[in-house]
Amino acid sequence: MMARGAAATLRHELIGLSGVVERNWYLVKRYAWWEIAFFLWTAANTLTIVFIGKGVEAVGGTVDVNRLTTILLIGAVIWSYLGIIFEILTETVAWERWEGTIEYTFMAPLSRPVHLIGMGIFAVFYGVVRAAIVFAVIASFFGLNMPEANFVTAIVLLAIASVSFIGIGMMTAVLPLISPEKGTQLGFIAQGLMLVVSGVYYPVSVLPEWMQWLATISPATYALRGIRDAILEGASIGAVWGDIWPLIVIGIVSIPLGLEIFRRGERYAKRHGKLKRSG
Amino acid sequence: MSTAVEPSTSADVPPVPGEPAPAVQVTDLRKEFLRKERRRGVPRRRRVPAVKGLTFTIQRGECVAILGQNGSGKSTLVRLLSTLLLHDGGSAHIFGHDVFTEPRAVRKLVNRVSVEASFFKKMSAAENLKYAARFYGMTPAETTERIPEILGRVGFPSERRGEPMEALSRGMQQKVALARALLTSPVLLLLDEPTTGLDPRSKLEVQEFIREVRAAHDSTILLCTHDLAEAESLADRVGILDRGELLALEPADRLKERYGAATLEEAFFAATGRTFEEEVDPEDEEREVWA
Repeated sequence: MMARGAAATLRHELIGLSGVVERNWYLVKRYAWWEIAFFLWTAANTLTIVFIGKGVEAVGGTVDVNRLTTILLIGAVIWSYLGIIFEILTETVAWERWEGTIEYTFMAPLSRPVHLIGMGIFAVFYGVVRAAIVFAVIASFFGLNMPEANFVTAIVLLAIASVSFIGIGMMTAVLPLISPEKGTQLGFIAQGLMLVVSGVYYPVSVLPEWMQWLATISPATYALRGIRDAILEGASIGAVWGDIWPLIVIGIVSIPLGLEIFRRGERYAKRHGKLKRSG
Repeated sequence: MSTAVEPSTSADVPPVPGEPAPAVQVTDLRKEFLRKERRRGVPRRRRVPAVKGLTFTIQRGECVAILGQNGSGKSTLVRLLSTLLLHDGGSAHIFGHDVFTEPRAVRKLVNRVSVEASFFKKMSAAENLKYAARFYGMTPAETTERIPEILGRVGFPSERRGEPMEALSRGMQQKVALARALLTSPVLLLLDEPTTGLDPRSKLEVQEFIREVRAAHDSTILLCTHDLAEAESLADRVGILDRGELLALEPADRLKERYGAATLEEAFFAATGRTFEEEVDPEDEEREVWA
């Protein structure tokens, strides 16, 4: 009897989760032209960063241009992927608040973990597709050669890192609930901090010591290092274990922490009447 | 001058053990909001009460209208019962479930239509309804069948199902909002000014649909409105909510009798000490910010 009840609840939650994914898909579909515009912007931004590799040689530096441009490309693509996850989680909450649908989402019998994880799953799928296209386009533009690349290891690392990214995204998603006007912008601070300390475009070793300490708690640090090793050196999963286990630990901590922070933010919003649509 | 009158109907008697719980049981429910302000340049916070010790009961299958001006606490009451606000005191039960400690059980039973038809404006009516129905556990096979049926019942033209919501009139959007609420077959329907801002024809259509829902589904309805005629024609009992206090809750005829009034408007005036159209006072406006 209890097992049947649990199965019914699980079924209900899975249907609800598919509803979250479906909703975000409809939004992407309905704003298709904007999606194309953002894709072009990301591609242009990535191109600019990767050109730095070429530029170093042009101003007299002696570098392995293919290696440097690949390092920069990986950094730019992973960074844009991380940005998509944060944006989808945070901006969907801000968007729902703006449209007034957040009240209907919050009064539906859907558990908050399923709601947030549903948004995270959509963000991961959407982010992977966009990141893969940007990577392929820019790599072929520069004619980058990656003979050693082990893409399986890279994808495994990205999948494990995505758990942590979703957890941190949940933490930033609470900001539009607490501060409807400025919450989304506050989320960029967390994103910016990760950009500085995680070695997106340079090795973490060049940072001051206190920043290097911050790098150790950023999942992007391990994701970038491991994926670079996989693509440039062909590292196997075993060879990047040193980057995988910290990602697993951060993932195990960040999801419950993200849910708890969101739960507290939701209670604050319900206590102070912040869910009401404004504007 | 308003005088709080304890609602005194048989419906307010506590439930008898062993008998089914009433649809809504609210006891001494209180909610306050904090308002930031500066007095002589010094920032401070002041508590503004939105609902003050509400006590009432709604029986299963009953339709109760709550009348009140803007800022009277109607929307705060609906949000509290919808699990969208946390209370500061008292209790609220829906079909025996505590609204604040068993929100999930309550959410399965309740749906709401508010004055703003809140939707993703670029998405179509069908898309908005589909994803919302999933949150209530409805599968694609179920929504494929139910959505056209329910949109048809609210008088929504089938050829406009795929149009973005932003292309629809306010009346049409409100019909979709009604469809969204009914799609999940709620046993308690919370209607917060569902016809405000609608043209007379749309208003009548929505009112007719509310009657039909009641007759067909035996749903319990809490209708918050400032439309006196709407309250009188749809509800079994009419409550007067003023500045967060429930002054009366009785059948419209008894309400008129109690205040020696010929019309509901006169009864409202007698109960609250102000006319229905009268401008809200500054305290009402403060409450309206959140309510």
